Amino acid sequence: MELQATAATKRTAIDADKKRKKAGRGEELWGWLFVSPMLLGVFVLVLLPILATLALSMADWNFVQGWNGIKWVGLGNFDKLLGDHIFLRSVRNNLFFLLSVPIYMLISMVLAVVIDRHVYLKGFFKVAYFMPYISNIVAVAVVWQVLFHPSYGPINELLRGIGIDNPPKWLADPHYALASIMMISVWISIGFNMIIYMAGLQSIPRDLYEAADIDGATGWTKFRRITFPLLSPTSFFLLVTDVISTFKVFDIIAVTTQGGPIGSTSMMVWYLYDTAFVNLKVGYASCIAVVLFLFVLVITLVQWIAQKKWVNY
Amino acid sequence: MTETIGLSWRKAALTVVMFAISILFLLPFIWMLVTSFKAESDVFTYPIEWIPRTWHAAQNYKEVWFGDNPFWLYYLNSIKIGVVTTAISVTVSAMAAYGFSKVQFKAGNYLFLIVLATYMVPSQAILVPQFILYRKIGLFDSHIGLILLGSFSVLGTFMLRQFFMGVHQEFVESAKIDGANHMRIFWSVAMPLVRPAIATYAILRFIWTWNDYQNPLIFLRSDKLFTIPLAVQKFTSLSGEFYSLIMAAAVSAILPLLIVFIIGQKSVIEGIALGGVKG
Repeated sequence: MELQATAATKRTAIDADKKRKKAGRGEELWGWLFVSPMLLGVFVLVLLPILATLALSMADWNFVQGWNGIKWVGLGNFDKLLGDHIFLRSVRNNLFFLLSVPIYMLISMVLAVVIDRHVYLKGFFKVAYFMPYISNIVAVAVVWQVLFHPSYGPINELLRGIGIDNPPKWLADPHYALASIMMISVWISIGFNMIIYMAGLQSIPRDLYEAADIDGATGWTKFRRITFPLLSPTSFFLLVTDVISTFKVFDIIAVTTQGGPIGSTSMMVWYLYDTAFVNLKVGYASCIAVVLFLFVLVITLVQWIAQKKWVNY
Repeated sequence: MTETIGLSWRKAALTVVMFAISILFLLPFIWMLVTSFKAESDVFTYPIEWIPRTWHAAQNYKEVWFGDNPFWLYYLNSIKIGVVTTAISVTVSAMAAYGFSKVQFKAGNYLFLIVLATYMVPSQAILVPQFILYRKIGLFDSHIGLILLGSFSVLGTFMLRQFFMGVHQEFVESAKIDGANHMRIFWSVAMPLVRPAIATYAILRFIWTWNDYQNPLIFLRSDKLFTIPLAVQKFTSLSGEFYSLIMAAAVSAILPLLIVFIIGQKSVIEGIALGGVKG
């Protein structure tokens, strides 16, 4: 019996060895086979376009001119960008938009702590605050546009109702349009940030709070000394993700203001779209694309460096 | 004993306060829904009527769904694009994720790094060359073109790879010894083990495709190919001042996805938390 078993084991071992050798050659083939659809797609639809963007950023070219119309201008486009006041305004607007990030991060953190620990019906609240995130942004933007309507929108009716005679014209007012869009953006972003904060809260050990309770710490102290610092990796992650997402803002502007009134809500991606697909200036638009990429790259690099220094998690 | 009761009273009170805040937060949705039921003349009455005086829901929704811009057509388009994109994207990503985690081949790690690096590039930065390419090869203004744009997700590959890495290598090795090749191991060993992750990614991909506005805006031109987001925008610009109709269109755009979300709530929220992706 035993002998048989050993022989059988030996045989399988030899078999397995043979197979492994064969497989060793096979592994290469299988590897390429499994990843090739993805590679092909990424190569044609992403990698080639990246290279093309870099090349086109040095060209002066309009769609309608055809291939022969390409003029190579080296870094001329970048030179032009630095003196282009609509572009500079767009970058300024992008930077101003960053202010919305800490606002919704703070709101989301507070909501996450309260909903996670201090209320019943947790599931309901999660879904409620998450709704704007999964709602179609076009539909949401259209709704807000009507709510913000200067003369008979419900928001201004309400403001007039409580005695403010000249409420702002919101999206139609160059001084308030960008702030209005930021408000909508805060409303949309809370859900995502809150969910990530809730995930972060799960990793804080319970016994820290129990120890604090024994020491008689108040809720505020516990938040300040335990919750807030231990959420810092989550906050950092969100900060980076949110900051990058503000550089990609496009949909909401395309639906509500189209960069107006008088350029007050033009942001980099909107200007890129307008330059490429309305004014058909391909080279110049590609140059904006490169600058956009550089912004995102710098933020990502800063994240890497900061994360390496921040090793306590 | 008294303390627990005290605590839960506080919890109940806070729940009521939070409930009030969340209703305030959801007011835009509530206003949208109520307005979509109203007659146009009642839309901007002040103070706001939260229960419509004249019930106009049937007429409004009939106009949106079967009027000059029939939403049923855009619905079919969106469902078709959503389902096909999700199917292809899940297949391609799962295969790549398996290849990058469970098959030991020399170029694997380098290829993965290259693919991952492309994720840093904002999608808007490559729109122009994609547009030119699509015009050249005839994929512009077609559903196929739009589907392909959403089918090669680096994010999906990355997410699913994390899960495949959680599948013990011993499972793969012992299946190999039993004579199974990688196709079989992928299909009958690895895939069943990561099924929840696949489901999560599929729901997320469907939601993102359904809500995508940027790609259809740039790569579609013909009305009859439009997806829901484009339809809402077109409907808004054509309906001008008919806000009750516009709200009925907005409700139609949001509601089905909300239902998908509420059904798949758990996996969606977990997936978002896990992937940390801001759509």
